[in-house]
Amino acid sequence: MKSTLKKAGYSRVQKQMHDVFLQFTSKVVFFIIIMFAFNLFFAGHYTPGGGFVGGLLAASALILLLIAYDRKTLFKMIPIDYRLIITTGLFLSLAVPTLSFLFGTPFLTHQHTYLQLPVLGEIPLHSALLFDLGVFLTVAGTTLLMIALIEGEES
Amino acid sequence: MTLIHLAILLPVAAAIAIGVLYRYYRKINIGWLALPVPLLIAIYLATLIPAVSGGEVIHETMPFMPRIGMNFDIYIDGLSLLFAILISGIGALVTLYSIGYLSQKEKLGSFYIYLLIFMTAMLGVVLIDNVLMLYLFWELTSISSFLLIAFWHKNDRSLYGAQKSMLITMFGGFLMLGGFIILYLITGTFSIRGMIEALPLIQENQLAPLAIVLILFGAFTKSAQFPFHIWLPDAMEAPTPVSAYLHSATMVKAGIYLVARFTPIFAFNSLWIWLILIVGLFTMTWAAFNSIKQNDLKAMLALSTVSQLGLIMSLLGLGALSVSTGADEQLFTAAIVAAVFHVFNHATFKGALFMVTGIVDHETGTRNMKKLGGLLTIMPISVTMTLITALSMAGIPPFNGFLSKELFLEAMISIGNAEFGGLSSMSFIVPALAIIGSIFTFIYSIRLIYDVFFGKRTYHLPKAPREGSAIMLVSPAILTFLVLVFGFFPNLLSGTIIDPAVMGIMDSSTSPETSISHWHGFDSPALWATVSIVIIGTLLFISRDRWMFIYNYHKERFTLDFAYDQLLLYSRFGSQKLTDNLMNGSIRSYLLYIFGTFVIFGCLSVISAGMSIDFNNLSPVSIGEIIMVLITIVTLAVILITKSRMVSIIMLGAVGFAVSMLFVFFRAPDLALAQLAIETIITALFLVCFFYLPRHSRHEERIRFKLTNFLVSLGVGVLTIFIGLAAYSERLFESISQFHIENVYDLTAGGNMVNVILVDFRGFDTLFETLVFGIAGIGIFTLMKLNLNRRGNKDEEHTEESRV
Amino acid sequence: MELIIIILSGILIGASVYLILSKSVLRIIIGTSTLAHGVHLMLLTMGELKRGNVPVLDAEVSSYADPLPQALMLTAIVISFALTAFLLAVAIKTYRELGTDNVEEMKGVPHDD
Repeated sequence: MKSTLKKAGYSRVQKQMHDVFLQFTSKVVFFIIIMFAFNLFFAGHYTPGGGFVGGLLAASALILLLIAYDRKTLFKMIPIDYRLIITTGLFLSLAVPTLSFLFGTPFLTHQHTYLQLPVLGEIPLHSALLFDLGVFLTVAGTTLLMIALIEGEES
Repeated sequence: MTLIHLAILLPVAAAIAIGVLYRYYRKINIGWLALPVPLLIAIYLATLIPAVSGGEVIHETMPFMPRIGMNFDIYIDGLSLLFAILISGIGALVTLYSIGYLSQKEKLGSFYIYLLIFMTAMLGVVLIDNVLMLYLFWELTSISSFLLIAFWHKNDRSLYGAQKSMLITMFGGFLMLGGFIILYLITGTFSIRGMIEALPLIQENQLAPLAIVLILFGAFTKSAQFPFHIWLPDAMEAPTPVSAYLHSATMVKAGIYLVARFTPIFAFNSLWIWLILIVGLFTMTWAAFNSIKQNDLKAMLALSTVSQLGLIMSLLGLGALSVSTGADEQLFTAAIVAAVFHVFNHATFKGALFMVTGIVDHETGTRNMKKLGGLLTIMPISVTMTLITALSMAGIPPFNGFLSKELFLEAMISIGNAEFGGLSSMSFIVPALAIIGSIFTFIYSIRLIYDVFFGKRTYHLPKAPREGSAIMLVSPAILTFLVLVFGFFPNLLSGTIIDPAVMGIMDSSTSPETSISHWHGFDSPALWATVSIVIIGTLLFISRDRWMFIYNYHKERFTLDFAYDQLLLYSRFGSQKLTDNLMNGSIRSYLLYIFGTFVIFGCLSVISAGMSIDFNNLSPVSIGEIIMVLITIVTLAVILITKSRMVSIIMLGAVGFAVSMLFVFFRAPDLALAQLAIETIITALFLVCFFYLPRHSRHEERIRFKLTNFLVSLGVGVLTIFIGLAAYSERLFESISQFHIENVYDLTAGGNMVNVILVDFRGFDTLFETLVFGIAGIGIFTLMKLNLNRRGNKDEEHTEESRV
Repeated sequence: MELIIIILSGILIGASVYLILSKSVLRIIIGTSTLAHGVHLMLLTMGELKRGNVPVLDAEVSSYADPLPQALMLTAIVISFALTAFLLAVAIKTYRELGTDNVEEMKGVPHDD
């Protein structure tokens, strides 16, 4: 992944041209990374991973695309406003702890339960996941915003 | 939360409402809406009089910040009630007066907001038992006073006066807070009641004199006692209603209140008594002496206020004697009665005088007594009111000022008869100062009446003089009426107001049963003192042209105002010079200060405290880790040496990957993952940035420059190693990690401890961390969208825009 | 091992200070990055290294590595990234506005107000 990125960055800076091979690879790699990122995020409460790592990896997947193509093409492919993601993330990480007042518990007390699903079996449900989702979105959104802004800087 | 709490907070709530209303609705004078607030509070407080005069006290608690002992505790006894009624009562009159005084063109919204905030602050000061809350409200009075003095902020004198008052009163207030904290350290409570109960502890403690001095700084700065009185004349740049309210009737009396409130606590100490007595008497005489030479009406009244405050102060000092010794109780209770009575009287006559002065200023356009004169026939109502109130101030019977002045003289003269250690040799000074001060008071009171209303009519006034409008006359008329009523029937007050207040100051439960009379018989020394004051004062007034030259000897260079200005000027120069030398705009020098200080103090503490390094508790070393450490060191060296930016970026990435490998070895998978992801993103980021950054990563640096940097960084590095080793060897605390490890499943139903700590145990940290991260994103967003060239010349702007 | 890591982090911090004190903006940014590495390693070492298993709950394991420094460092790592990104943005902007990346040349004129 690292070498791909470096090559990508290098090519963009030096030639600013389209590299079909890179673009195709990056699309495939993108899905691998993003799936891995989501896996890390969801499993984070039990195995290594979590909102920070997941967010960073998801962002790096998108950055790969950003480098292989450019900002406008990326926005056509995935039309999301990064600022909206940051807002949602911050809102979630603030709202979820506040919700604990509804349960009569102090700020930031999490609730959890287990759910029986027909095929998947027992699934743990944890409000910490929502909080972590806020972290995930903020980290991913901010990272992407930073890179996209610096990349898109008019020279 | 009781009605009293609400009463304190009502003005602030009203201030918010008025602020909002004033934006949208300006048809009627907004003052009419502010008026009911103090009126309601005054009526409510008046209903408390029967209970309180019956010896009852009201003590309501409300937790505000209980953890640090800061509670919104109300304590109402006679003393608090007297001040609270003065504040709300005079507040209502002043609001009414200012409706006439300030025209609709002024920023009335701001004015009434400040005034109402002040009301809350002042009520808080006098009604609250907790010293921390008292300090809070105390400073709020300073702030609102600052805002009100600077109300006409286009005027330089206003700004100067506002700054001066703020600097001096806040200086005192801050020292006072120190005094409160010392008291807390001694007694363990912030409640004044609690402190009175813990009196023996304070009496024994060595720190008590320090607390006394610090608290008196607060009281003396607020009540404008010598040498801090200099702010009050400059505060007269405020609109006259403000001067009448804050700078004569209420705020400056906060110091008096504080001294009275702390009398039961500190009266045992002779330092307290003598400081208050001597400073009070000296202030009284000095201010009265200086007041005579003033030509500005308000400046004269300001100094007269200072003088009267000194009078009350000295009475409280004298009264403290009786609390401490208990000897000759009758005599010294009289001093406190006089103090309380004079607080009330001063508020009435000085308030009225200020208001009349305001009317004169408003209708003639000047306050200069040299320009004014002969207004007798033009302003008959104002003349009558000035006559009554000024004579009351001079201590002429039958007005209320006479009664309290006579009590004052009696107390001061009889100090010679009392027998206290060390007093007898100096006993003549006290009555002498009191009588001299009273003579000057008499002179300026007469001058006030004569120069403005009598004498030759002058015609060169900025405005054609006429009598003030009815709205403006109502308030001073009410106050003048009170002067008359309490002059003729002083005992209306003695049972209802004075006795409870005296009981509050003395902290006794027996009423002094005050009875004030006009006539004490021919053998009363106070009578002869009054007579001599009137005679000498009249003679001096008539012959004033012959002795006024003595003021010329008091050169400007030797005044306290001059000293204050110089202090301000030089402290500004000094700090400017210091800033210029230290803050030279070079980041490198700032960093050198920081790192240098770190190295010097770090080394000092290592040398003085010593350190022990323990090499026993170490884990084994594996070959993979050694390789990673070596990679880190080598890449670091390359970064330091190389000139190519590309190489340094790639090496930075290598450092990051080596560190994340170390994390893997050290059983930290989360960290390794995060570090890897971040290293990737940072490398990408740097590469993206390359396009916009210069080609070379370093500039040529001189050897000297390099050597300094090298030495500093070597120092920091070595010191860090030592600190790290010492910290690793000496464990001062038990680690709290075990708790997290043990409870990870029971409390949070999670498995990955690191993530559980992040989202659950220490979720607050994470919450704010996301916030910081978001802020960084927004910061970059603004930075990149910012176009600094916009403020430059027009041509550039055009090209800039066409390019975008 | 702890000894070596403490010395390594000392070297990292010393080198970063040298980088931060230099004139070029890029080197200053690299310096802050390596400074963060040094501090992180130091923090991790304070919790003792390689004692016990990975801090993920396991029924068969009784001894775990200290999770607290790791959790604190995870946030620190992310924040240091944000700092680096922000400094890069500042560097780009200043280079474009002032035309130099030499901090000695960036000194503002004192008292220009």
